[in-house]
Amino acid sequence: MPRVVVDVVLKPEISDPQGQAVLGALGRLGHDGVRSVRQGKHFVLEVEGTPDRAELQQIAETLLANPVIEDVELHLPTD
Amino acid sequence: MRIGVITFPGSLDDVDAARAVRLAEAEPVALWHADHDLKDVDAVVLPGGFSYGDYLRAGAIAARAPLVQDVVDRARQGMPVLGICNGFQVLCEAGLLPGALTRNGHLHFRNRDQALRIERADTAWTQDYEPGQRIVVPVKNGEGRYVAAPADLDRIQGEGRVAVRYVEGNPNGSMRDIAGVTSEDGRVVGLMPHPEHAVEDLTGPSTDGLGFFTSVLKAVVSA
Repeated sequence: MPRVVVDVVLKPEISDPQGQAVLGALGRLGHDGVRSVRQGKHFVLEVEGTPDRAELQQIAETLLANPVIEDVELHLPTD
Repeated sequence: MRIGVITFPGSLDDVDAARAVRLAEAEPVALWHADHDLKDVDAVVLPGGFSYGDYLRAGAIAARAPLVQDVVDRARQGMPVLGICNGFQVLCEAGLLPGALTRNGHLHFRNRDQALRIERADTAWTQDYEPGQRIVVPVKNGEGRYVAAPADLDRIQGEGRVAVRYVEGNPNGSMRDIAGVTSEDGRVVGLMPHPEHAVEDLTGPSTDGLGFFTSVLKAVVSA
């Protein structure tokens, strides 16, 4: 069954305290080269038949992400 | 006057909200999220808690519940709606109120008595207060940081949509100290702090919260 991946990331202008906490922990572990961490969500959808990009875009924007603060990246099997 | 209180799976403060309605001398009406039945109520309160365990995003799944879609339709026709804490998150997710609520800036759950300033004393839920009045009610949240893109914040402020602000300390990193916002017509209000926990001397830090529940009685009569 085709698998569709949807990545949800905070918009660049929205601060990410969780990502900053991860960055702080990396620094304490000695990974000084990491300059920034942004935390997001990764959804894997199994869909029947040929994935419909428009429908998946709608699913991503109306439920999986909150467009007020988040952006979505859709990855269809042919991508 | 019948005021509905919606219960979702994971609601915590629906009973307290119903008691606040009763103390304001209105009739609380229990509503169930999965029904398509608003039971002829005149106004609706969405209570605090952790609907659907805060899965996906706080309030996101509850915002798609059948009854919430009915609430959205009625709110657009002017029915007063109050969202408290998780209820505020649901109203933002449902698109009735601008902005979003995210993880507290310091990443800790914060539970304390909180001073607030009433910025808008002319909404359906705040007209029993004076403009600029200071009130103290409990705040308790882990995902209460009000955020929006800077341009959206400018617009929200410019349109006078900030209903309540944190004063004497911001408990969660909310942008511009925003504790609550209102719809364009002032009929829908959402806030993270809990006025329903400050309605009796015995259990609350004050009785300052009662004004939200008495305000709406006048709002419905005048509508």
